[in-house]
Amino acid sequence: MRYIPHSPEEQAVLLSAVGVRSVDELFATVPKEVLRHEPPALPPPASEIEVRRAMAAMAARNANLSEWTSLLGAGLYAHHTPAFVPQLLTRGEFLTAYTPYQPEVSQGTLTAIWEFQSHVALLTELDVANASMYEGASAFVEAVLMAERLTKKRTKVVVSKGVHPEYRRCLKTYLANFPFTIVEVPVGEGGATDRAALEKAVDETTIAVAVQSPNVLGVVESWAAAADAAHGRGALAIGVVNEMFSLAVLKGPGALGIDIAAGEAASFGVPPSFGGPLVGFLACRDAMKRQIPGRLVGRTTDANGKTAFCLTLSTREQHIRREKATSNICTNQGLFALAATMTLSVLGRQGLRETALQCLSKAEYLKAGVRAIPGPFSVAFSGRTFNEFAIHCGPPVGDVLARCEEKKILGGVPLARIAPEEEGWRDLLLVAVTERTPREGLDAFLDVLRSFPS
Amino acid sequence: MSETMTPAPPLTADPALDRRRPSASLFDAPRPGRKGVLLPPLDVPAADPAALFGAAHRPEVSGEVEASEVDVVRHFTRISQLNFAIDTALYSLGSCTMKHNPRLNEETARLAGFLDAHPYAPEHLSQGSLELMWRLEEALKVLTGFARVTLQPSAGANGELTSALMIRAAHAARGNPRRHVLVPDSAHGTNPASAHFAGYEVVEIHSSPRGTVDLQELSAKLDDDVAALMITVPNTLGVFEEEILEIARRVHAKGAFLYLDGANFNAFVGKVKPADMGVDVMHMNLHKTFSTPHGGGGPGAGPVGVGKDLVPFLPVPTVERRGDAFVLDHERPQSIGKMRTFYGNFGVLVRALTYILSYGRSIPEVAENAVLNANYLRKRLEPFYHLKYDAPSYHEVVFDDKRQAALGIHNIDIAKRLMDYGFHPPTMSFPLIVPGALMIEPTETESKEELDAFAEAMIAIAAECETRPELVKTAPHTTPVTRLDEAALAREASKAGSFAPVLRAKPR
Repeated sequence: MRYIPHSPEEQAVLLSAVGVRSVDELFATVPKEVLRHEPPALPPPASEIEVRRAMAAMAARNANLSEWTSLLGAGLYAHHTPAFVPQLLTRGEFLTAYTPYQPEVSQGTLTAIWEFQSHVALLTELDVANASMYEGASAFVEAVLMAERLTKKRTKVVVSKGVHPEYRRCLKTYLANFPFTIVEVPVGEGGATDRAALEKAVDETTIAVAVQSPNVLGVVESWAAAADAAHGRGALAIGVVNEMFSLAVLKGPGALGIDIAAGEAASFGVPPSFGGPLVGFLACRDAMKRQIPGRLVGRTTDANGKTAFCLTLSTREQHIRREKATSNICTNQGLFALAATMTLSVLGRQGLRETALQCLSKAEYLKAGVRAIPGPFSVAFSGRTFNEFAIHCGPPVGDVLARCEEKKILGGVPLARIAPEEEGWRDLLLVAVTERTPREGLDAFLDVLRSFPS
Repeated sequence: MSETMTPAPPLTADPALDRRRPSASLFDAPRPGRKGVLLPPLDVPAADPAALFGAAHRPEVSGEVEASEVDVVRHFTRISQLNFAIDTALYSLGSCTMKHNPRLNEETARLAGFLDAHPYAPEHLSQGSLELMWRLEEALKVLTGFARVTLQPSAGANGELTSALMIRAAHAARGNPRRHVLVPDSAHGTNPASAHFAGYEVVEIHSSPRGTVDLQELSAKLDDDVAALMITVPNTLGVFEEEILEIARRVHAKGAFLYLDGANFNAFVGKVKPADMGVDVMHMNLHKTFSTPHGGGGPGAGPVGVGKDLVPFLPVPTVERRGDAFVLDHERPQSIGKMRTFYGNFGVLVRALTYILSYGRSIPEVAENAVLNANYLRKRLEPFYHLKYDAPSYHEVVFDDKRQAALGIHNIDIAKRLMDYGFHPPTMSFPLIVPGALMIEPTETESKEELDAFAEAMIAIAAECETRPELVKTAPHTTPVTRLDEAALAREASKAGSFAPVLRAKPR
């Protein structure tokens, strides 16, 4: 096989050096009943030409966002990836390295992760960020578990229904066997978390209050309201973000009282790739860093005074603490933390802001367009939004999307698909834009809406 | 000592390394006003965020990098050159299965139809992705013998947790979730951590003198409150559990599940179906056995295969084939729920299926050559390094530093010195039952000359331990940075408010 270097002769030399006559002898301690001598029921080995053809045939059966106008978002936003990012990302030095346990031969990865931590800390306006989590939902869960360790002996987690339904579903999965209750707080008429209900739900047993902004309806929440509700009862405030570009026009959660921010950073140079791999993040206040899950990189100098980076505070981690670790996470999303770091570096202070302004402006344009339609569509909530908002549809959402498809438009995410349990959201269509969405696409979508009788 | 000893590398740094200018991060040299991107002209009226957001408006992210594309490309290219990678040489890190990452896998994962596919596109416009997932599940079923495989877990540890949650849900459905999970003392650290996060108390079982599960102790600790045994085959010593069928029989007799940590699947892929050994549930690391790149710490993917008793508890959604169409099935009432956003690390799944299709039915050659290579290194190094457990080795061999420690030299010193010879060190942090471990896993993708070069470097270091101990103790000498004081860094990092210089760039 092409990935195994040995020729048959070389294999024979190795076998003889080992002192066995055949490969079978190497498997002598496998119980005879289970060792198979016939090949597995798979197709014959295949060349690059054949495999590529088969994979390309499958890929062609997907609608890809470079050929369609897309208003899909709901936690995953298709921003532009700078051209150099995938090219440098596939350098073998980055792609084929392992976790940087040996700092002397891993300074590339370590430098980049330290920069990732710095970008996340800056954007969230918190003190410390870790070296990445798998993706937004598990990052959110880790934030809740971290808050539990920090508050101790409390039992209730208060979560806004504005937090992405998949994140809430994951929280239930991960907490199923802990003695914690999860209380969900509805969103109010403006689309933001119902403040009175939130305050009522928080008490002395509350571990943390979690809100997402912009939330799953696209509406910008008040970090300060969540933080006040939490801190008033000695609980912690968790802020979820899954559209990180919003932080170039909106104050970071850390600036408004949030203690732990967690979510999805895939907006920075990570292609959607049918939902993974993405890159989760988690950031917190300095005083909480000993409870942070996963890896952390620190900066130091070597014996010659050269700047050097190294994994640190690892006594929190599973390979040392085993069942007492702050998390079981080991492999994380290193390569995509690097992609996000590269993207943020080239965007820089100005590019971040300009991209965010384009997203905001295009969403406002689309919103104004929806409002101007005399027909059976309206902007569902009055709350401020960033690059995503919900449209209330008179006709069935499925009919709207079908008509969009005829024009090669992926017309948004039906909220019923991601939150089927929310009866009040059944007629809502969530639409998102990025700097990649041209005005013609927005106009074409508005034309589709106009094609429904008023 | 060997007569074919490699001469010691020079003590001065390779000139190429000097050229690399280990820098400093992009945050260290702000270049106010520099830009790296140009956006298209705004084609709609500009919104006014200050007016829209009022007090919540943030005028800029101050302290962010300001750099041109050239600055950024140079920075990342230069720092990349400071990394050791499998593309350059044998990467002996045991238990991590650092095999060659075929580039075809990278190309297929970047096909626009896959890369630019949104997970919330309608199912009928996502048939390619769903078919890929279905086909990968089928292939993994063939290789494992399990009834179903979930592709959702994000990495190995996430697969372990998924498994533990399913085990718990299955016991709970029978009326008693049980309290304990048995874990051998040779296990990966993630095993006890994952069991803990599923709500179980971990009970450790000691290894026998052969390094395998002690059957007597297993029986003594197996009671009606044990939910599962988490076992690794071959274990972290590279030793196959010869009594696996008896272990499975005893575990099942108590109504417990047998969980297999598939981190070491590379040792028997295509040779043994884990379901045949009585395994009920197993996670696989696609970033190990199935060659998807480690990327400096991820992404991975940790699919979990299950026998029929655990099928109802799989995470949602599953991918189902209905006639010619592939659909997502969310209606699984006993499911544990969701382990992550969307469906899994799809891009990793594309790479893994590409790899499996490339090998096809010849995949047993992977295990055969991985085991052969590990045994070859064992044979070459046995005269020079102590082997605490001498049971037959499979995909890896675990030496220790007992002989060198007598000279005051420890595994870490040997590991660091190996860097000077151009190789990545072995694993040292576990198994915990081998103090001073040097866990070596060459994988099947190393040639005889690379194996020989590695062996000769190890042999040369063994000699240096006797003749030039200081040279070894102060290694590495040729790497971009020298050995770091990790304890001092941890002390600095843990100080209150010390984040500014240590854990992140200083906010400006």
